[in-house]
Amino acid sequence: MKQKSIAVVGAAETTQMGKIPDVSVLGLHADAALNALADAGLKPSDIDGVACAGISPVELAQYLGITPTYADGTSVGGCSFMLHVRHAAAAINAGHCTTVLITHGESGRSRVGAGGFGRAPSSMMGQFEMPFGVTAPPTMFTIPVLRYMKTYGVTVEDLANVAVIQREWAAKNPRASYRDPITIDDVLNSDMIAWPFRKLMCCLVTDGGGALILTSAERAKDFPQKPVYVLGTGESVETPLVSQMEDFTSSKAFRVSGKKAFDEAGISHADVDHLMIYDAFAHLPLYGLEDLGFCKPGEAKDFINGRNTAIGGKLPLNTNGGGLSYMHSGMYGMYALQESVRQMRGIAPAQVPGAKISVCHGVGGMFAASGTVIFSNEA
Amino acid sequence: MPPRILPEPTPETQHFWDGSRNGELLLQRCKETGEAYFPPRPFAPKSGSRNVEVFKASGRATLYSYVINHRPRPDMGTEPYAIAVVQLEEGPRMMTNIVGCPQTPEALVLDMPLEVVFEKMSDTISLPFFQPAKG
Repeated sequence: MKQKSIAVVGAAETTQMGKIPDVSVLGLHADAALNALADAGLKPSDIDGVACAGISPVELAQYLGITPTYADGTSVGGCSFMLHVRHAAAAINAGHCTTVLITHGESGRSRVGAGGFGRAPSSMMGQFEMPFGVTAPPTMFTIPVLRYMKTYGVTVEDLANVAVIQREWAAKNPRASYRDPITIDDVLNSDMIAWPFRKLMCCLVTDGGGALILTSAERAKDFPQKPVYVLGTGESVETPLVSQMEDFTSSKAFRVSGKKAFDEAGISHADVDHLMIYDAFAHLPLYGLEDLGFCKPGEAKDFINGRNTAIGGKLPLNTNGGGLSYMHSGMYGMYALQESVRQMRGIAPAQVPGAKISVCHGVGGMFAASGTVIFSNEA
Repeated sequence: MPPRILPEPTPETQHFWDGSRNGELLLQRCKETGEAYFPPRPFAPKSGSRNVEVFKASGRATLYSYVINHRPRPDMGTEPYAIAVVQLEEGPRMMTNIVGCPQTPEALVLDMPLEVVFEKMSDTISLPFFQPAKG
């Protein structure tokens, strides 16, 4: 895509976050959408492109009263929204539509109007992983990690420290689910979920949603909010089976998506002021830092332990508190995008002073898919 | 305890589950490159060649990575159990359970040698598990 040809002009999360037992999945999509429309000063009838995951874009369009000329139902897990941004940028540039609404809503904790986790017993996962006792992400996303730890000498303390530093960021965020400081010992004394993962190394399970509105950079100047420009994007997919990842110490989808986004954006790593890496579990920021090229393989633990990603560090990472402490409804990518947009608008609770470029990197499934969006607040 | 969640073979995977029922770990390989692959499909990944064959694997493997699930799925009993990925001697990796040894980090050491065993789960399905190699 052409750099900065597309901008985010509306961005909002659901009115409530955390436990929302009185709103369904569809209702969360709509609440986030209405908040984003208000943020952009638009009505549903101003929208001519829709994208969402979890529910069908048909459902979203009809519910909000939108007649789109562009619909994207890409659903590859929690990074689907990064792909939606990428596809929307291409669609607007191609003239398929002018104004795209991307929504997310998930009743991860309360399960109101939500489906269950499970795969058909005839699917590849149903045949070659489910019979061995996997139970959703905590026993699947974590499977490669002992190999990564052995290869690079990573310890459980290193994993725990990822959660500790993200909690420091969450403490600055009034909307974060968990804000009290924690220590490495606290993490290592929390409940064992799936060795070597303790509870505080795993993401939250909450309810919530978010929405984005994108249009051309040309039109963006006329909107009430400061435009946030899309500088570069990437996406890739690798495997529906975590057991079949090519390399247990690195995600191919991360590497491909990240490189594409950096190439498109025409920036170097030193240009990045702010970084979001989807942290469903504590190892994700380690893999992300290495696969995006911020650290050499095996060096992310030292980078984090050296407080480079902490408050005051040179590369602020997951400044909303992340999936580990802020919120995680199941498909967290939307919240990472929201935080990047807030940082670029200059309104984040833990604002990085003078930040001009934000990299937002998502994962889908268990290292199944990836999407990367690089934002700039300079036209 | 509810019945264990079992696979439902498709036409493309039937031979693998038939093999397991008969006590054989069946892999496939490309007849042009000789490269073995898993899970089963009627063509070789990457090359796309349909010129493939089924062969019996040695059953030897090493422990590649694992977790120990402390929140057992209801059909898996009540004790923590390891969900492992093993590196097969022929190249592919597969998910499995490790049997015949304690389900602890001390007993489950990465790269330890393993061998396949089959456990009958129903009239049609036996699951391939791995145990510490003997001798």
